[in-house]
Amino acid sequence: MKKWLRRHETYVFLVIVLFSIIITSQNASFLTLENLFDLLKSYSFLGILAIGVLFVLISGGIDISFTAVATVAMYVMAIATIQYGGNMLTAFLIACSVGVALGLINAVIIYVFNIHSIITTIATLNIFYGVLTVLSGGKWIYGFPTWFREFADRRVLTLTNEAGVQYGLSTITLIWLAILIMAWVILRYTTLGRGLYAMGGNPDSAARVGFNIFRLQMFVYAFMGFLAGIAGVIQALLVQTVAPNSIVGKELDVLAAVVLGGASLFGGTGTLLGTMLGVALIAVMSNGLTMMRVPSFWYNVFIGLIIIISVSASAYRRRQRERRMIAVEAE
Amino acid sequence: MSGVGTNMTQPFLSMQNVSKRYVGVQALDAVDFEINKGEIHCLVGENGSGKSTLIKIISGAVRPDEGAQIEIKGERFLDYGAIDAIHRGIEVIYQDLSLFPNLPVAENIALSQIVARGNRFVNWRDVQHIAEEAMDRIGVELSLDELLADILIADQQLVAICRALTRDVRLMIMDEPTASLTRKEVDSLLAVVHDMQSKGIATLFVSHKLDEVLQIAERVTVLRDGEKVGTFSSQELDDEKLTMLMTGKRVEYTQYVAEGQNDDVLLEARNLSKRGNFQDISFQLHRGEILGITGLLGSGRTELALALFGANPPEAGEILVRGRPTHLNSIQEAIGLGIGYVPENRLEQGLIMKQSIGKNIVITILKKLLNEFGLIDLNATQATIHNWIEELSIMVPSAGSPAQNLSGGNQQRVVLAKWLATDPDILILDGPTIGIDVAAKRAIHDIIRELAKQGIAIILISDEVPEVLQNCNRVIVMHKGRFIAEYDPQQATVDEVQDAIYLAGNYSRYRPRS
Amino acid sequence: MFSREYSESLTLGLVMVGVLLLMWLLNGSQFVTIGNLQSMAFQLPELGILSLAMMITMLTAGINLSIIASANLCGIVTALILTRYVTPETAGAETMALVVLAIAAGLLTSVIIGLLNGALIAIVDVSPILATLGTMTLLNGVAIVVTKGYVISGLPEPVRFIGNGVVLGIPTPMIIFIVCAAVMALLLNRTRLGVNIYMIGSNPTACYFAGVNNAAVLMKTYLISGLYAGIAAIIMISRFNSAKADYGESYLLLTVLASVLGGTSAAGGFGKVSDLVIALIILQLVSSGLNLLQISNFLTLAIWGIILISVMVVNHVTQQYRERRVTA
Repeated sequence: MKKWLRRHETYVFLVIVLFSIIITSQNASFLTLENLFDLLKSYSFLGILAIGVLFVLISGGIDISFTAVATVAMYVMAIATIQYGGNMLTAFLIACSVGVALGLINAVIIYVFNIHSIITTIATLNIFYGVLTVLSGGKWIYGFPTWFREFADRRVLTLTNEAGVQYGLSTITLIWLAILIMAWVILRYTTLGRGLYAMGGNPDSAARVGFNIFRLQMFVYAFMGFLAGIAGVIQALLVQTVAPNSIVGKELDVLAAVVLGGASLFGGTGTLLGTMLGVALIAVMSNGLTMMRVPSFWYNVFIGLIIIISVSASAYRRRQRERRMIAVEAE
Repeated sequence: MSGVGTNMTQPFLSMQNVSKRYVGVQALDAVDFEINKGEIHCLVGENGSGKSTLIKIISGAVRPDEGAQIEIKGERFLDYGAIDAIHRGIEVIYQDLSLFPNLPVAENIALSQIVARGNRFVNWRDVQHIAEEAMDRIGVELSLDELLADILIADQQLVAICRALTRDVRLMIMDEPTASLTRKEVDSLLAVVHDMQSKGIATLFVSHKLDEVLQIAERVTVLRDGEKVGTFSSQELDDEKLTMLMTGKRVEYTQYVAEGQNDDVLLEARNLSKRGNFQDISFQLHRGEILGITGLLGSGRTELALALFGANPPEAGEILVRGRPTHLNSIQEAIGLGIGYVPENRLEQGLIMKQSIGKNIVITILKKLLNEFGLIDLNATQATIHNWIEELSIMVPSAGSPAQNLSGGNQQRVVLAKWLATDPDILILDGPTIGIDVAAKRAIHDIIRELAKQGIAIILISDEVPEVLQNCNRVIVMHKGRFIAEYDPQQATVDEVQDAIYLAGNYSRYRPRS
Repeated sequence: MFSREYSESLTLGLVMVGVLLLMWLLNGSQFVTIGNLQSMAFQLPELGILSLAMMITMLTAGINLSIIASANLCGIVTALILTRYVTPETAGAETMALVVLAIAAGLLTSVIIGLLNGALIAIVDVSPILATLGTMTLLNGVAIVVTKGYVISGLPEPVRFIGNGVVLGIPTPMIIFIVCAAVMALLLNRTRLGVNIYMIGSNPTACYFAGVNNAAVLMKTYLISGLYAGIAAIIMISRFNSAKADYGESYLLLTVLASVLGGTSAAGGFGKVSDLVIALIILQLVSSGLNLLQISNFLTLAIWGIILISVMVVNHVTQQYRERRVTA
């Protein structure tokens, strides 16, 4: 019990429960499978990117450029798919390769020239995005093949509501889930994953223990790029159009979700559970406001307040903890 | 002591003619070094004597210049590197411990082993097992699930040792392992070292605490200016002799005699108490007096100093400055009352290392350097900076270079200058000579004495008993937050005060286990 | 031998001259016409003042992600007052009074926002990036709620002069920028607050022990940062002749880019206004030069990114070289 009270995740979870109760009391259709499945589909984009950002934060870095990476991956995938055909697998492969390549560029700049990750990725965000917009002429892309459109509507579980409309668990959600499990295994059960925590906690010591720091850096930014590639495809699946400005500008929103989940910007801490709860909190908030018929322009006010309250509470608990430690040392 | 260590004269590591030249500096000059199997050996020397270069060569992190001969257990190495060191069981525990504050204790212990094995996956039962095995080897008990950041520094030290023990260690090198430990913790650390010795593991200590060195080591190797002065059996050394070997000169200690002291009470404490910090503290500090406070780490001496500096307000009792009761709720208030404080941790609390020496000196008196428009008067600022650099003979390349470029002694002079610039009546010095070379230490002491002569009242806090006895005209021993004894340095001996410190807590001075 | 700071200023100066010559070469004589110089002088101040707002927080090892959101909110407050109370019938003197009042209200808003950020960072002890991420979202939300997402447009003539006027051949926004930069330089180099800002950026603990009131310094830092965002807001609404909740969002990361290019350390403690100004001139030269060549704005962004990384790489390499000379 005491152990749970010390965890950030517990509080986020309680807040989600509280909101859910309030929202359901106003509109019972919030807590239905239909709404839930819908949220799980539409938030898979944010959820997947959040996992990548979590990895970067754990390793002690930060990545701002992933929105541009996702956009580039999405464009290349869309052009290739429309021009040459293919299938879902090639679509993902193309997007992920592009993502990994761009991620590796970030890693090389950060490691070889020892430039802080936030500065590097602010620069590469502008570079990737700028070059893409120039090359693509800023054009929107429509007209995906039929199989691409059908995949977006595919479900692994189909139910029918009272009005006779079909709904269910989307394949897209399943992709998110698969990535989540993969990420969990990496972080928890591989030497690589523990190396990310070690590097985030104390990079010099990680090198002394025998981790190859450059390889860890390459992995983490490549993984971010990989997930950005997948997220790019999913965005294309969800809206069926590719626009240059549909993703760029959302980088801080994703960061906010991860931070709400308790990951530290100083590296070394953060859990998948927390990150997913952070995403859930944002999903519940925005969906709930719609359900309660609050005008959508109130959305950012609430999110902003939640972020401020959450980080203030964390700061308060950190200070309490420090005070406790000092008291222990003094005895 | 079972004769295990001393009788095993077969050298584990033997190095001859080790030199290392960096551009412009001969860091090591034809040094021979030997450590026996299961021996406890100490490496001492002043800053820049070549200690750390030698350790880096032993651990394979730095390659020596041509001509060096390195043998481990009779095996010659032509191109000795980090891999060779690790495979032959040489482990270094650096002063910062190189641990991971964000990971659990068990993982901290086991991680290097898992990386070394080249495992791709982590089996958590395995992690637990490795950690338990390591703890068993030296008979310590640590809570394995706790995050490292949540355990005591002393326990963190044990975690670092356990981590080294997960490999087949033959030689453990510890760089300043006791710097942040209390006496009791040092004792248990030394017990662990003896325990390792009984298993045939040699230990090389790098330390500047001379009394500890003499107490634990069988042999002591002294380096000076990159050259080896010699290797000595610890029985043939004492504090004074060791100091002479390290510095190359006989440092004469003279007893301080208060000259500037008069009956003016500048600072008075009446029954100061704060839970968990200090209890029932009363004293008077006179103009021109140097009052010494000594005690173990964690005895409450720093907490008391902070209380007198407004940074740790007491819960009960009264502080009077020049006879007037004050509240001292903030540092700004204390400075306003003419109190200055030289903190224990120069690196983090004393100086802003990356910024210029000049800015570090004037940071306390910016208010006094403003012209009629409220802007900083650049001429006055430069004049003040140069005045203090000259006054305290600080050796600086230029006032604009960063403080981190200075030697420890000169850095501490900058800290003193910063406070002297405020024209204080009362100076509290918390460990003013920590990490400073013997000769430079002496110069700092001279400055302190001179200040007292000029009428400043000084509190000198130190855990080195000789330092307070030689430089104070009154010495108080603190223990568990209380004043437990007071001495007149003219009459008291070092041993007498030392005993008061250790016996109070029923801590025995270290006795080897039989 | 140059010290680190000098060598960085030198690199920056060389880049500026190089970019100037390159753009001149590419564009020919049209690059140095009065018209082009003036248009550059109109464009630079917005990003410039916002970058000053960003830079001062970075000197304390912080960051202010909320500057754009605060600028928009301040602009909206000013614009709302103006559009509501200034009608075609309002007399000249009355208009002036209302304009002054509206601008004062906008700046007051920015000061309040600065205090909010300062309180979160200095008193609640939240890390600056998180605190301002929160206020950024909140302020943006408030701006949307107040405007319901619409544009507020149609500002009276005196306000438009601030962003579009010319005094003695110099655009008014440029004059405002010069004043802002000069005041910032004076503040950083010649006041107690300025010295303390640099010192806190390097080591807040040692500052605390030297009797610096860290909380007060941080409060003032974010207050000034907010105020500068407010000043930028007035120029922005004047140039756009309107206010909206999401103007200039792309400026946010660019202010960090400009500050870092201008030698401001992300770790705090170092950075000069003069170098920032050079950095801004470089960015503006590239932007205007490419614009004359009718190259997309987005390529300009990419080139800015490339310049930033190149300068960082050069600094890194020269520093390594110098260190090797010292230790090896």
